[in-house]
Amino acid sequence: MDILYKILIDPFMQMFGAPDLLVQTLWEGLVGGMLYALIALGFVLIFKASGVFNFAQGIMVVFAALSLVGLHAAGIPAFAALALTVVVMLALAWSVERAVLRPLVNQPDIILFMATFGLTYFLIGFGELIFGGDPKVMITEELFLPKGRINIAAFGGMVSLQKLDIAAAIIATTMVVVLSVFFSKTRIGRALRAVADSHKAALSVGISLEQIWVIVWFAAGLVALVTGIMWGARSDVSFALEIIALKALPVLILGGFTSIPGAIVGGLIIGVGEKIAEFYWGPLIGGGTDSWFAFVIALIFLLFWPHGLFGEKIIERI
Amino acid sequence: MRAPSQTDIAAGEVLLSVENVSLSFGGVRAIRDVSFDIRKGEIRAIIGPNGAGKTSMLNVINGFYTPQQGKITFKGGTRNKMRPYDAARGGIARTFQNVALFRGMTALDNIMAGRTLRMHRGLFWQMLRFGPAMREEVAHRRRAEEIIDFLHIEHIRKVQVGRLPYGLQKRVELARALAMEPELLLLDEPMAGMNLEEKEDMSRFVLDVNQHYGTTIALIEHDMGVVMDLSDRVVVLDYGQKIADGTPDEVKSNQAVIDAYLGVAH
Amino acid sequence: MFYREVGQYKTSYAADQAIFPIMQDRIGMVVIILGAYALTFTNNDFLLNAMMTPFLIFTLAAIGLNILTGYTGLLSLGTGAFMGVGAYACYKLTTLFPGVNIIIWILASGFFSALVGVIFGLPSLRIKGFYLAVATLAAQFFLEWCFIRIPWLYNYNTSAAIEVPTRTLFGIPVTGATATAETRYLVVLTIVIAMTWIASNIVHGRVGRMWMAVRDMDIAAELIGIRLLPTKLLAFAVSSFYCGVAGAMMVFLWYGGAESTVFSINQSFFVLFMVIIGGLGSLLGSYLGAGLIFMLPIILRLVPPRFGIPVHAATVEHITFMIVGALIVFFLIVEPHGLARLWQIAKQKLRVWPFPY
Repeated sequence: MDILYKILIDPFMQMFGAPDLLVQTLWEGLVGGMLYALIALGFVLIFKASGVFNFAQGIMVVFAALSLVGLHAAGIPAFAALALTVVVMLALAWSVERAVLRPLVNQPDIILFMATFGLTYFLIGFGELIFGGDPKVMITEELFLPKGRINIAAFGGMVSLQKLDIAAAIIATTMVVVLSVFFSKTRIGRALRAVADSHKAALSVGISLEQIWVIVWFAAGLVALVTGIMWGARSDVSFALEIIALKALPVLILGGFTSIPGAIVGGLIIGVGEKIAEFYWGPLIGGGTDSWFAFVIALIFLLFWPHGLFGEKIIERI
Repeated sequence: MRAPSQTDIAAGEVLLSVENVSLSFGGVRAIRDVSFDIRKGEIRAIIGPNGAGKTSMLNVINGFYTPQQGKITFKGGTRNKMRPYDAARGGIARTFQNVALFRGMTALDNIMAGRTLRMHRGLFWQMLRFGPAMREEVAHRRRAEEIIDFLHIEHIRKVQVGRLPYGLQKRVELARALAMEPELLLLDEPMAGMNLEEKEDMSRFVLDVNQHYGTTIALIEHDMGVVMDLSDRVVVLDYGQKIADGTPDEVKSNQAVIDAYLGVAH
Repeated sequence: MFYREVGQYKTSYAADQAIFPIMQDRIGMVVIILGAYALTFTNNDFLLNAMMTPFLIFTLAAIGLNILTGYTGLLSLGTGAFMGVGAYACYKLTTLFPGVNIIIWILASGFFSALVGVIFGLPSLRIKGFYLAVATLAAQFFLEWCFIRIPWLYNYNTSAAIEVPTRTLFGIPVTGATATAETRYLVVLTIVIAMTWIASNIVHGRVGRMWMAVRDMDIAAELIGIRLLPTKLLAFAVSSFYCGVAGAMMVFLWYGGAESTVFSINQSFFVLFMVIIGGLGSLLGSYLGAGLIFMLPIILRLVPPRFGIPVHAATVEHITFMIVGALIVFFLIVEPHGLARLWQIAKQKLRVWPFPY
């Protein structure tokens, strides 16, 4: 009975007992979830437009952040370094298209998926070789990102918000809106969706796969850069991010692989869920649950909704 | 595991019947209230224009699709839906419109895979590949070779099927279905995409299977000449509904069938 | 010329169904196995302990993953964790029942990871491809967490690590600090050869054909009477068994002790890359892939200094990552069947040499 009380009742008592803590936890969860959502967004972009499940998206985030910090450390002013990093991401998109995607056109999805494992490892090795393996500090101030906290007295206590997080939320929202419009309203957006459905069919109506892929990988690279700056500002810039970036995968399972709103909602659910679970239930089983919580939720979710919240159901034909 | 049971249904009696089957995907009604039967030992053709629901019908018969309404009676047992495993166990084999072979395996392995249900040695003997497991393997290899011989595909038995030309792939697929020693064989457009010579070969094989093994055959085919020559009875579907059922001659002169094929204003 | 089967007629289906139908292959196998045993007499600890033993252990893990990914077509990223289950199970078993022979426990620990593998394989009925990969990530992270947070698993050691006790076979120490490199190598070699033989038997028989049928076209497999869930779960079980034994051997016969970090996601990728580069769906490929990926950093560390080029350990690691990453993309593009396929092509060339066809 005692254990049932601890699982079923006690956490809720705590929540209502200290609403300011609950709100604080929710906010932390939302911010964490937003970063997952941004990585997931990069996945969705590439998946929508090329049918490639890009495992390397998490590494692209690290790579972009490292390039920015590394270029600045080499004596280049912050905004020039930012511009140069954009060029680096374009070069990366172009090289990926040349070296990986073009030779693998029309291959089964799973082969392309595994090819992005190779890309991931190549980028890790390459990044560490050039920038070194030690963690670095993001150039937050030089990019004029706000610092410090806003403390709001509410819910019978104090809720503390980082200004940086608020800025991140605004930037992320803008980016999502721009991308959604781009996807649904422009000619290129339509071509992207055609490519995702079938490489062969898209080629046959005269869509240039090469061009589309460079564009979409570049877009994903830009998303990665923004994510990298936000994430780097909250903690260090290092390849340890790679493991955390894997949490974008359960986010995608919740949201579906093809839906931008799905990625956002999925990211927020996972972010809030794991914070709440860790804060209120984690201590019961020794803590550290946020390493697997997202994945187990995704696993359970898969059993009941294999197509995600916003994904499309595909009828199998033979 | 028990061997698929051979029934004692005599030739000419009803082997399988579908009654009032309806199937829809979302709002699309693929099959509407269709009933017909297949008698033991006959060659039954299912024809109709594209999108008439022929393949869906076969998918219902061997349990890949679940119909919303209707009953399926197979060898005396009536049920609302078939399950793929039960269909295979009961002796229903199938070939597909777009060849569904195991592309990474050799022709021989594909055919041997067709004998899975008839092989019984468990994992322990499989691990040793010795004694009973090896004897079983060899016995079934012999049966597979008979079928290979029957369909004249000796020369390709160790070739990966993904590399074979289309016509041969179709033949290997038929061989895999025959390896199951089915009581009812469903052929989905066995002659699609073939040239005249290949069609003649395939027609000969279908007749031979029917006569030598006494296998009941239901086939979907677009080539009217082939259908009229091969089949004992024909059922015609159009827009998911049955519009005619009878001998080839009856069907040929049926006004509804002529309209469906030539097109009249609905 | 030297490698031809002319005159070797098969007079029975049994002979034709043999795994090595050609005489030269059979002789080659015997020579390789005898050679592997003969390495014991070199008394070279570095060769045996730092190269051959880990190479064989990784090979076994790669065979395990190959059964799941290469033969059954189910992508798994949880190999590291399944290896961990084997290692921790073996540790618990041998500390709870010290009297029982350690070899028995190493093999028995495979059953525990098989069980865990089956549990995490259950979602494979409804999902495939990337979805399943994510499901196996759940296994990876959850099990890793268990290895840290359940102190019972490492007997409440303050170091939170397994320390391998000394166990003997016929009075000779096999595990622990006093065991010689030779004994450990012989044990590993024997187990790996035996389990390769068994794996080869399974994949060439009915069960192997069922797995490959599910891999190549699950719908058609179902319609010829293969039940998908039991077939997939069997693949998970056998695969995890192999990984579990590999994990137990890794800790007991190589490292001599381990923390949870040994079984991290990087280990999973390491083994997956061996399978991809060696060749999906090939047992020989598991050997070649494990050899290449495991030996690569060793070669990078040893060879350049010979030519007077100094390399840092960190640089070696980074370059290894780059080469492995590039090799994966290269093999997926040029030869998706990996090193094993290249070997086949070489054999075909040998067979017809000196003629081109």
